[in-house]
Amino acid sequence: MLQNTNPDDHIVAQDLTLAYGDFIIQHDLNFTVRRGDIFIVMGGSGCGKSTLLRHMIGLKAPASGRVLFAGVSYWESSPAEQQRIKRGFGTSFQSGALWSSLTLAENVALPLGEYTDLAPADITEVVSLKLALVGLAGFEDFYPSEISGGMQKRAALARAIALDPEILFFDEPSAGLDPISSRRLDDLILELRDSLGTTIVMVTHELASIFAIGNNSVFLDTETRTMIASGDPKMLRDESTDPGVRRFLNRGEI
Amino acid sequence: MSGQLNLQFPGPDNLHVVIAGSWLLTDSHPSAGDIAQQLQSRSDIRRISFDSTDLTQWDSGLLTFLARVYQLAGKHNIDIDPGGLPDGARRMINLAMAVPPHEDTGKHGEKLPLIEHIGEKALAMWRAAPEMLHFLGEVTLSFGRLFRGTAQFRRSDLMLIIEDVGPHALPIVSLISFLIGLIVAYMGAVQLAQFGAQIYIANLVSLGMTREMGALMTGIIMAGRTGAAYAAQLGTMQVNEEIDAFRTMGFNPIDFLVLPRMLALVLVMPLLVLYAGIVGITAGMFVAVTIFDISTFEYYQQTVRSMAWTHIWVGVIKGTVYGMLIAFAGCLRGMQCGRSAQAVGEATTSAVVTSILFIVIAASLLTILFQQLGI
Ligand SMILES: Nc1ncnc2c1ncn2[C@@H]1O[C@H](COP(=O)(O)OP(=O)(O)OP(=O)(O)O)[C@@H](O)[C@H]1O
Ligand SMILES: [Mg+2]
Repeated sequence: MLQNTNPDDHIVAQDLTLAYGDFIIQHDLNFTVRRGDIFIVMGGSGCGKSTLLRHMIGLKAPASGRVLFAGVSYWESSPAEQQRIKRGFGTSFQSGALWSSLTLAENVALPLGEYTDLAPADITEVVSLKLALVGLAGFEDFYPSEISGGMQKRAALARAIALDPEILFFDEPSAGLDPISSRRLDDLILELRDSLGTTIVMVTHELASIFAIGNNSVFLDTETRTMIASGDPKMLRDESTDPGVRRFLNRGEI
Repeated sequence: MSGQLNLQFPGPDNLHVVIAGSWLLTDSHPSAGDIAQQLQSRSDIRRISFDSTDLTQWDSGLLTFLARVYQLAGKHNIDIDPGGLPDGARRMINLAMAVPPHEDTGKHGEKLPLIEHIGEKALAMWRAAPEMLHFLGEVTLSFGRLFRGTAQFRRSDLMLIIEDVGPHALPIVSLISFLIGLIVAYMGAVQLAQFGAQIYIANLVSLGMTREMGALMTGIIMAGRTGAAYAAQLGTMQVNEEIDAFRTMGFNPIDFLVLPRMLALVLVMPLLVLYAGIVGITAGMFVAVTIFDISTFEYYQQTVRSMAWTHIWVGVIKGTVYGMLIAFAGCLRGMQCGRSAQAVGEATTSAVVTSILFIVIAASLLTILFQQLGI
């Protein structure tokens, strides 16, 4: 189902309601992620950020409302169409979710082997590049259980960017990283956006990176169970009319 | 238009790499092999420069190529002049080079020669023995604490586990015991009928089911059902570091996890064995009455006459021992589990195999023991 939308609008949420059974997590979410945005999903712990992400990547159907990708409503599409849309996604989960019985190289290589015609030797090179991009060069033959938590996070990012996806979904990518790695990650995300035109949707609490790279956002509230602000996080910090949002973005110092 | 590569030599020591067209991951484009060859044959090259004015689009395809060129240049000690590259590509390559590679390659490297491999396996098996004894010791200590009343575990856990291994196992135990009773009765009866001695079906079935088959079949069912479940539960907890969490908070994981599981199976097995015996005898009666024209009352009389309390005790003791061994093997493999999904699978498989091995050994030893004691 193609909707009439602005070609610049990459992802549009329309009246989205998220629920587990009868338990409504968030209701009436309306926001637009434009092409090339670095879109931040913010809110207190447990307000439903990961849940929102699960609805956007097609893991869970919304209780009501729609998610449009380039004007196509995901949940009203045929399975083949859904598959096509999903091929454009790269995702890293909050807990990493690396395949524990595969080495890091095999984790990154799996989507490359399945979805491209690259020769095995080329795949090895692409894998090395992706791991180097997240600062894990030389860890190809390690199993996920043999590296640290932060390294697992970064390896999961390498897997997410394996296919140069159109849209990247990150759930707290910098949680557990040192400030330098975290900064390098910000640089990588900016570079993916600037050079490859990737749209990025990211859950994060890291205020430094929210202001450094985010240019659009949505703020989910736990009390009212809906979004209470959206837009450029820097503007929200200084100009939001909602004291809760301003407090959040000023680390409670207001 | 797919990617094109053109190598030029504007100066004696300069390799000029002209990149044109579309360099996407999914397109075909030249590899860095040509450059490797040139660097190999012309050792006077000291500098690599680029021209990307005709590059139309690029992604990781180009970056992979560039990473390879940088790597080659590093190997031959050649300078790279990245001026002619797209800005984004240059910055991305810098990001990729920012962290030097971790030097510990070959850790999962070469395969061991066959003899060494066999040696390793044998040593690993040898090392497993003390580990098993260690675990046995820990479990024994834990039972000691249980009897002194200082073992730390949640009584509600015990109840849940008992429910899971006992009542929930009844359907499958009924099914298999009924089948075994049916088979023993039928096979036996066909032979006995040749002498007109069908009535002895009752002896055959009641003795067989109470003394041997009831315990053995229940043991094998529980090995597949409960031993595997124990190993998978504890193994998954090992993967999630839940067991480490118990340790650091001062809970003894043996008391907390292994003890209730062993206790549950040891308490439930005797009851299941008795139940299996009853179901088996009923199946035998069914065969005798429907096919071999023996009246229900006759069969009952003959069964009662052939039974002795010792047979029942022997079966129950065997079953209890099997239960202990199954719980031991399941918990042992679960606690030894590694930290991957694969390891959980291996632990589960190994738990079932070990349990059945234990059951076979115990069955043989107990049979000899009871024989010697004349029971
Ligand atoms: N599978 C589930 N079934 C029922 N409720 C769930 C489930 N998963 C999450 N929830 C509920 O949904 C709410 C939001 O969870 P979610 O994981 O989306 O939070 P979050 O915003 O990502 O939090 P955090 O910042 O801590 O990661 C929570 O209140 C949680 O109780
Ligand atoms: Mg979350």
